[in-house]
Formats: sequence, C-alpha cells, structure tokens
Amino acid sequence: MIPEMGHFALIIGLALAFLLATVPAWGAWRRNTYAMALAPRLAIGLLVFVAISYGCLTVAFLQDDFSVSVVAANSNSLLPVIYKFSAVWGNHEGSLLLWALILCMWTAAVAIFSPQLPLLVLSRVLAVMGGVGVGFISFSLLTSNPFARLLPSIPADGNDLNPLLQDPGLIIHPPLLYMGYVGFSVAFAFAIAALLGGRMDASWARWSRPWTNVAWAFLTLGIMLGSWWAYYELGWGGWWFWDPVENASFMPWLAGTALVHSLAVTEKRGLFKSWTVLLAIFAFSLSLLGTFLVRSGVLTSVHAFATDPARGMFILVFLAIVVGGSLVLYALRAPAVSSRVSFSWVSRESLLLFNNVVFTVATLTVLFGTLFPLIVDALGMGKYSVGPPYFNAVFVPLMALLAPVMAFGPISRWKRDSTQRWKAELLLPGVAAVLCAITLPMLQADYNLWVALAVLLAAWLVFGLLRDTWFRMGGAAGFPRGLRRITPSYWGMVLAHLGFAACIIGVVATSQYAIEHDLKMSPGDTDSLAGYDFRFIEVAPVRGPNFLADEARFEVTRDGEFVAFMAPQKRRYLASGSIMTEAAIDPGVFRDLFVAMGEPIGDSGAWAIRLHYKPMIRWMWVGAIFMAFGAFTTVLDKRYRRQRSRAASAADGAEYAR
Amino acid sequence: MGLNMPARLKLFIPLILFGVLALFLLRGLSLDPKELPSALIDKPFPAFSLPALGTEQMLNQDAVSGRVALFNVWATWCVSCRVEHPYLTELAQQGVAIYGINYKDEDAAALQWLQQLGDPYIANIADREGTLGLDLGVYGAPETYLVDAQGVVRYRHVGVVDERVWTTLLQPIYAQLQDGGEG
Repeated sequence: MIPEMGHFALIIGLALAFLLATVPAWGAWRRNTYAMALAPRLAIGLLVFVAISYGCLTVAFLQDDFSVSVVAANSNSLLPVIYKFSAVWGNHEGSLLLWALILCMWTAAVAIFSPQLPLLVLSRVLAVMGGVGVGFISFSLLTSNPFARLLPSIPADGNDLNPLLQDPGLIIHPPLLYMGYVGFSVAFAFAIAALLGGRMDASWARWSRPWTNVAWAFLTLGIMLGSWWAYYELGWGGWWFWDPVENASFMPWLAGTALVHSLAVTEKRGLFKSWTVLLAIFAFSLSLLGTFLVRSGVLTSVHAFATDPARGMFILVFLAIVVGGSLVLYALRAPAVSSRVSFSWVSRESLLLFNNVVFTVATLTVLFGTLFPLIVDALGMGKYSVGPPYFNAVFVPLMALLAPVMAFGPISRWKRDSTQRWKAELLLPGVAAVLCAITLPMLQADYNLWVALAVLLAAWLVFGLLRDTWFRMGGAAGFPRGLRRITPSYWGMVLAHLGFAACIIGVVATSQYAIEHDLKMSPGDTDSLAGYDFRFIEVAPVRGPNFLADEARFEVTRDGEFVAFMAPQKRRYLASGSIMTEAAIDPGVFRDLFVAMGEPIGDSGAWAIRLHYKPMIRWMWVGAIFMAFGAFTTVLDKRYRRQRSRAASAADGAEYAR
Repeated sequence: MGLNMPARLKLFIPLILFGVLALFLLRGLSLDPKELPSALIDKPFPAFSLPALGTEQMLNQDAVSGRVALFNVWATWCVSCRVEHPYLTELAQQGVAIYGINYKDEDAAALQWLQQLGDPYIANIADREGTLGLDLGVYGAPETYLVDAQGVVRYRHVGVVDERVWTTLLQPIYAQLQDGGEG
C-alpha cells in the first residue's frame, strides 16, 4: 500500500509542477497578480508531495518490501539500516527521485527566502523551475518508476546494495552532488526570468549570486567526496580518473566557477551581461548533459547505471527543449549591443575575463575529451577512448596559467588600475613566494622542480591574499578593528582562493612524491617505505553484518616508534558474492599511509599487498572544503539582503509595475 | 534591444553549436559503445612486426602462434587493466597461455608495472604507436582476444576479464579449441 501512496503522491507532484510551470508564467505575461501569487504556494505544495513520495520509497527500503523491484534489486534484509536508507539513491530510479526531491527543495527555498524579490521576477523564476520539475518527475514516472512491483512472485530476499556503495562517504556523496547540479537550476531560472523580462541589469546578478555560490559550494563538496571515496574504496589509491561520469560532474563545476566570477562583474559593473546569462544556461545545461551521459549508456563508464535507450531518448528530448529553448530565447532577447561602460586592460574586469576564458576553455576541453569517443563513433570513424594523458596534458597547463593571474585579482581595482600599483603591492609577496619555492622543496631528499613550481604558484597566491587582507584591514594600526570592516563576501573569496592554493600543493605533491610498493608478503614480513616499517602481523577472519572478511593486520613503526595499527580487509559479501577490497588508511596532514590487500598467493598464507605513501594528499580535499566554505560564507553578506530589498522597492516602483 | 543584425546573429552561435551536439547525442543513442566490429573473428591474427617489451627482439605473428592463447590489450594508464590483472595472473597460473599487447604505453612504466604486480604474460608485444591495435580494431584497453593454434582470432572480449567473464564466455570456447575442436 505504501509504495502505491508514494506513486500517487508523485503523480500529484507532477500535476503541481505542471501548474507551477504554467499558471504563474501566464500571470507574469498577463500581469495577473493572483496567478503570480500562486507560485510560492505551488512550490511548497510541490515539495510536500514529492517529499511524501520520497518518504514512501524510503519506508519500502526500511521495511524490506522486496515486492518493490528497486528494493529487491538494491537491498537485502541483512543490510545495515543506514545503508538501507542510502540504498534509496544507490540505483537509477531512486536517485532520480532524489534529483526531483532536491529540485523541489531548491524551488521551495527560492519561494521562501525571496520575500523581497519582485513578484513578477519570482513568479517567472519559480515557473522555470516548475518546468524543469515537470521534466524530471515525468522522466521518473514514465521511464523509471521507482514504485514498480514484482508481483506475484515476490523474492524472499533482495540482491543487496552494490558493496562499493556500502560506505559512509557514499551516503552523502550523491545528495551533495545533486544539491550542486540542481542548484544551478536556480541560476538558470534567474537567467531565463531575466531574458523573459528583457531587463538584464545588475539586480538580476545580485539576486542569483548567493544561490549560485551555494550551489557551487555543494557541487565542490560533492566532487571532493567522490574523489575521496574513489581513493579509499576502490583500493588502488587513485583519486581522479577522468572517467566520463567524473567529467560529467566536473564540467558543471568548471562552468559554475566561471559563472560565479562572471556574476561578480555583472553585479558590480553591469558588464558581461549576455555572457553571464549564457554561462548560467551553460552550467545548468552541463548538469543535464551529465545526467544524459550517465543514464543513457552512450558512453562506457565504471559508474554505469542500468541503462535503457528509452531513458536516453527521454532526457535527450528534455535536454533539447530546455537547452534549445533557452538558447533560442537567449539569441532573441540577450542584449546584442555591448555595454557602453568600458574598462581598461589593467583592471579587475580584465582579470575576471581571463578567469572566464580559462574556465570556459577548460570546460570545453573536458567536454570535447568526454564526447570524442561518441563523436568519432557517430561519424563511423571507429572506436576511440580518450584517457588521462589527454586530460592531464590540456588541463594542468590551463590551471598553471590561471594561478599566476589569480594573485592580482583581489588587489586589483575595478575599471582602471595601474601596473605600477600592482608592482608595489605584490613585490613583497612575489619575493616571499620565490623564497618559499626555493626552500620548501628542500625538505624532501631530492629537489623536485614540479613541486617547486607548485609551491611558487600557491605561495604567490597566499601571500598576495595576505597582503591584500592586511591592506584592507588598514595595516597594523587597524588591528583588530579593521578586521570587522571586512565583509563576509571578502572572507569567502579569501577562503576559496586559499583552498585553491592548498589544492595545487596537494595535487602536485601527491603526484610527484607518492611511493607505491606492490609486493608479496607473508605474516612476519616487514617492508620499509619512505622511512616507515610495515610489519605484517597476521591474517584473521572477521565477520561483518553482511560480509565475511580476511583482515590483514599491520603494525607500522618509524625508527622503532609505534605509528599506527592498520587492518585492511578483503570482504566477501554474502548476498551477491562480490569481493571487495577495504583499504586501511592512516591519515595525516603531511602524509597518508595506505595498505590494501590484493590476492592470496599460494597456500603458505602469503598475500599480494599494496603499500602506498601519499604525501599531502589531504591538502587537496581540505582545499576543496575551504573552497566550499568560502562560497557558503559569501552568502552571509548583509549586502544581499539590504540591497535586495532596496532594489526590490525601487524596481517595484518603476519598471516592474508596468 | 539593438537591431544591429550581425551582432544579433552572433547570439545564435550557441544555439547552432548545441544543435550539432544534440545530433551527435541522438546518433549516440543508437550506437552501443560496447558493441564492436567483429571483422576479425575467424580471420587470421593481423601480421605485425613489433619489439618485445623491454628487449630489442622483434616479434611477429608466427612467433606468437602455435597454441591456443589469449591476447590481452593493456596499458599502465588504464585503470580497469589494474583491476583485471590479478585474475589474469591467476589464469596464467592455471596454465592458460596469455600474450600481452602493451598498447600506446611507455616501456619503462609497463616494465615497472609488471615488476610490481607480477607478469602473467608469456611475452609482451610493445605496441607503442598502437599500429597493431589499429589492425585489430582495438578501441580501448582492456580488450582480450582468444586466438586458436592456427593463429585465427576466435573471440573478442571488450572490458575486464574476471571470473564471470572467463567461466561464462571465454572458457567454453577456450576448452573447445583446446580439445582440437574444428581448429
């Protein structure tokens, strides 16, 4: 009964989404206040019914209702409760319902947190989001019904959740990622509303900026968790594979990064208007494209969901309507004349333009690399695969190009600046960065030029930021009062840029200094790696809730001092029989130690063992967390609320009252 | 709204690009990335002359025929190859003849890989430029070809060879060829 209720609630949700997409849009067109005022209520109703539907599916999982086919295929009575909860989104149907739920959350959030937004704008924004909701809910109902039953032959037990997904990181990875993907729909909806209204000005950018920053922050965290999960769960110590599905999440991130910066220019200076609108469309389109690539089976990936051409066709048509429609609107309504406001080449505008160019080029190269096999195949020119060599070869230089320019960004002035001033401001940070680059890599035995370069770029960035913060605070005289003058937006930017610097260091240090030993070890053997001695004590059988495991126990010492006890496992999951490697990791600020079990060798109790020494790998993820928290911090800025209400009242009095 | 036509036309560029992309995606839907041309099935293994990995010795098609064998296309840049490697090692221990085709790879990295992970291969063909791969129709690593004693390609598997693939797909054909079959 409960699954049927969920199904029914989802159908009501579809009806509400349809009303939301049409009635307020009609109201905005006819200037009918009653129709427009329905939008926030419809948005909240939509959330309520989709949430009920989602709740029903969760209950079916928690109750082990194996008559529901997704439950039977993705759960098991022995599965721990927390994984039953997360198994809801560990499959195509359920994750799509989560997508829809999160979309409804964003829609309702816009409805609730925008009381100052002019009703005309709000109703258009919510109508666009309602339209996206119609697409996703009908996708779920028509091609991937999560409530389909297996009747009359109900399986006695379920097939269990894919063991790779039975992991704490994977509980929160998809929801965060979807928060990011779907969050870009808000920026998209604001852009479309601005195009529909024909009023492309700074207020549009100001309204959508906090939403975009939050979405970007979630996407950053989601991608970071995915990378972290790949590192400790897949068992070979890698953290990024340029897999099509990873790229699918990375492309909206890159476009979103460009958008976040371009919005700043549009808000502050009223420039790049058309470009910013296009980026907003681009970022959300890439989220949709990602969904298409992952769920239609056009590309092979390790993340493969059960695929089905009907689903692919549905998303493609949906993609064509949403992206095609918005690009037609863009072509017809975007301001074609360039703004009369000008800026000199030495100004913050140019620096942000450079950022935009770099991130757009990066997005396009990743897009090209991801779709290349498909394009070549479609042209009948054979089958190709594009591997990490391509992506690294184009991506790394692009980021290296970005970093030197990044330090100029914060200290620069809008409109017109002087290179003289830049020189004066950044001379000291520049010298300090060079000194760091020369000295810091010496801490390692062999001097590595790539690491030196990474330290140079990161230190340049950090010292530039410090110099600027110092300057804004009013120097030593301003402490501590000057600190309060600095706005949350500025702190957010500082955090995010520091995070980027940490990422540079982490990525380069890990790639250059990592040491890997793959060897045969028997209990009692010892191996030394980067000064750490790994002693293989024993192998013991361990029983988990739904698996049996062999656990190898290691004692790690350094110069005779105890460092860590590490116990990687080789698990056999009972329901599916799949074998999983559970790596043991001893994390640290400056190094991770990583032990994973391979296969048993012979009958003497020897195992293939993989030992890794991964210096500074955490810096990359901590850097990503900094970036995300930076973006969250910007939202605290009072300026948004204050200026929003001022803009709203001014606008209501003027153009919006027409 | 500016009525400057050329400027307005420029705004249609994203739409046109998207249209082209959508056509490719549409075409992509009717293609199965896993379905591959099987032109070589029941044809002789393509002629080649390439060095054996780590040596200057040249290998050709005659040097690697004469017994039923697997030809495994692999590379150090290929993540899935690492996944299937332990199983190939297991098969080699069971006495299955496996030749490696080290595809578009660097010799040094490949040799290091074999040293670290073990070497299940009788010999490795160093296909640095991917020329043999081109003749075979390789589209990515890993791929595995089952070749009979006469040097005729009998089966092609794309993707990781694991226990399931071996027992359900490869082993039946392998056993049949091994028994003399129709050769």
